[in-house]
Amino acid sequence: MVKKMGYLLNWVFFLGSTMLVCLILGTILVDIFSKGMSSVSWSFISKFPSDGMTEGGILPAIIGTLMLTLITTLFSVPFGVACAVYLNEYAKPSALTNVIRASIRNLAGIPSIIYGLFGLALFVQSLNLGTSVLSAGLTLGLLSLPYIITTTEEALKRIPNSMREATLALGATQFETVKDVVLPKALPGILTGVILSMSRAAGETAPILFTGVAFYINDITTSPSQEFMALPYHLYMLSTQHQSIEQVRPLAYGTATVLISLVFILNIIAFYIRFKHRSQD
Amino acid sequence: MSIKRREQADIIFRKIFQATGFITIALLAGIFIMLLYNSIAFFVEVKPIDFFTGSQWDPGSMKGDYSIAPLLVSTGLVTLGAMLITVPLGIFTAAFLSEIAHPKLKSILKPIIEMLAAIPSVAIGFLGIVLVGPWIADIFGIQNGLNAINGSILLAVMALPTIITISEDAINAVPLSHREASMALGASKWETIFKVTIPASMPGLIAAVMLGLGRVLGETMTVLMATGNAAKMPSGFLDSVRTITATIAIEMGEVPYQTTHYFALFAIAVILFLITLSINLLGEYFSNRLRRFHA
Amino acid sequence: MNLFFGKKQVLKNINIDFPRNQVTSLIGPSGCGKSTLLRSFNRMHDLSPDAKIDGSLKIDDLDIYSKENSVTTLRKKIGMVFQKPNPLPKSIYENLSYGLNIHRFPKNEIPDLIEKALKESYLWDEVKDELKKPAVKLSGGQQQRLCIARTVVLRPEVILMDEPCSALDPISTNKIEELILSLKQNYTIVIVTHNMQQAQRISDKVAFMYLGQLIEHDNCENIFKHPAKDLTRNYVNGHFG
Repeated sequence: MVKKMGYLLNWVFFLGSTMLVCLILGTILVDIFSKGMSSVSWSFISKFPSDGMTEGGILPAIIGTLMLTLITTLFSVPFGVACAVYLNEYAKPSALTNVIRASIRNLAGIPSIIYGLFGLALFVQSLNLGTSVLSAGLTLGLLSLPYIITTTEEALKRIPNSMREATLALGATQFETVKDVVLPKALPGILTGVILSMSRAAGETAPILFTGVAFYINDITTSPSQEFMALPYHLYMLSTQHQSIEQVRPLAYGTATVLISLVFILNIIAFYIRFKHRSQD
Repeated sequence: MSIKRREQADIIFRKIFQATGFITIALLAGIFIMLLYNSIAFFVEVKPIDFFTGSQWDPGSMKGDYSIAPLLVSTGLVTLGAMLITVPLGIFTAAFLSEIAHPKLKSILKPIIEMLAAIPSVAIGFLGIVLVGPWIADIFGIQNGLNAINGSILLAVMALPTIITISEDAINAVPLSHREASMALGASKWETIFKVTIPASMPGLIAAVMLGLGRVLGETMTVLMATGNAAKMPSGFLDSVRTITATIAIEMGEVPYQTTHYFALFAIAVILFLITLSINLLGEYFSNRLRRFHA
Repeated sequence: MNLFFGKKQVLKNINIDFPRNQVTSLIGPSGCGKSTLLRSFNRMHDLSPDAKIDGSLKIDDLDIYSKENSVTTLRKKIGMVFQKPNPLPKSIYENLSYGLNIHRFPKNEIPDLIEKALKESYLWDEVKDELKKPAVKLSGGQQQRLCIARTVVLRPEVILMDEPCSALDPISTNKIEELILSLKQNYTIVIVTHNMQQAQRISDKVAFMYLGQLIEHDNCENIFKHPAKDLTRNYVNGHFG
């Protein structure tokens, strides 16, 4: 009898924890979508904010986030993939290689706000790029690097060595082997990582605070040297810094809905690529 | 001729790839040096002893109080609360996923956890304001729910996916033979989980907790939005607090370039950097032990 | 020659030559170093950080490990076929054109060279209508013949084969053996095999290796019928393996 009670208690703990985790996600989504959906309309995503942010849409924030993510990806992907190729295809086990790997793991653990400070010191001030979407994109690019390197390396590891031997034995150089066989074969895996890192970059706020994001610009950001609006920052400002917080709450919910939808769409694309690729093997 | 060209290309690209490896080392070193360099400028003006032992963070005051103590205590308090919630919840969920859940159920639950990981931190912070804050105010009968416990709850949610995923890997890595041996001796499924599987995966679980801890300590937006931002020494979970990360986020945007206040923000950042770095190294130490244990 | 992996000596004082246009089989129990020896002929050990080779390996009068010779040209001269078929994740046609392209064969000759190589590899009739098909869609035996064709198309002097039939069914094995016998008119072939019968069917010369040493190297018939050493006799008679 006592033992039976013990079993029951265990079930409560294990199943209960899991259900609670699901419940948390459910609560988040239900709250945001149920209250946000009514604010989201075509004009909400296609118009500029108006009347001191109390009316209108979030078009510049959407465009800004897309541009920011684009710059981040353009910078971090070539760099990250090259580094992963080096580690997996070229680097021999040595103290130096270990130091590189340890650096990458530790870079992944640095708080994002510190990347923001570094971006401020390096891109905004030292390289004189000013507070701009370029500075912010590069900062987020650095933040994304460890993630891109790790996911790319995992994709490269799954390529069997026999593939590399095939081209090497034909007299291909190592670079040709990487370019013609290894990277094309690893592409779906790399792409999954890239899209997930884009989704993370789109939701980041702390690193862009001092590197280029603006509360309001009356134009769409078109040049990399301009400041920009971003969805997560817009949500932050609407929910904490606005003069009439209660009045703009529906707009904040709408922004949160758009942001989470954007992030989920990217995640679903990544899932789809991974799923399709796995079922092919 | 063409062979030469091809081999030159090979060498050039090898060098390029290698350079990116070196740049990652330079990046980590660069971040540290940048923080240190700016902090030194601060410690020239403010005595380290005042920085660590004072009790006031008030750069606006007449003499300028720069003590990290209240920020550090705030950070510690919020983190402690978050870990108390997230560690048991995360490990129990991981054990459920790995040891009990049917593979089909697992294939539904894992994407749910990944979705939770994908939600941006501002969205979580926003819910702290509109949802968790009012709950806390109701339950404890206080005016305003933006306080340490609110931050702890939100950070616990954010750390969950990290802890669950890594713990689950650690539990999965325990060889089936261990479990079979325990079952063969007549132990029940639960006894096996508590007495064999979880202890055997302990180094991995600790690594998971360390990584979750690193994430909690470094998180900015949620605490900035949900903890009330009072830069004073907190006396409990129901006080408003302001963490190191939130302080940097709030003040860096407004402070004039290269003033004592500006440098002070780098000084608190370097402390945060060192704390997260040591936690990462500790986590790495434990995950290495796990690898050696199962090798 | 000697070969070391780190401090461990894997090949000891191997001294062997392979006559032109003949098939030489390397036989011996698992782990005796046959594959290691084979892979040192086209420098496949270059990528293992701790492999070290001393002594000399020559093809004609060219030193294989000389610094002046490029490993890419060397591997064009000495082709290799692996244990498991490893077609590139491309079409059948591209699997053959790949080597031709990287070695800058004239574009207009490529289709003819490919057709010729596929015919030589007994694959042409089976695939001539579907050259655009992904190579992985072929059967295992066809894939292995494609890998041989991929090597042959570069007109190498030597073809190294590392247990090319071990992953294949008997019918495919049969086809590959026929193919090997026809290829030897134009190429020098060195093949590692586990299968005594196969070695007898296809070889002109046989080399028996044991624990990293070359025990005996002779005509096929001598090795199987009148071996000079007891160790060889015991092995070919199946007393150990």
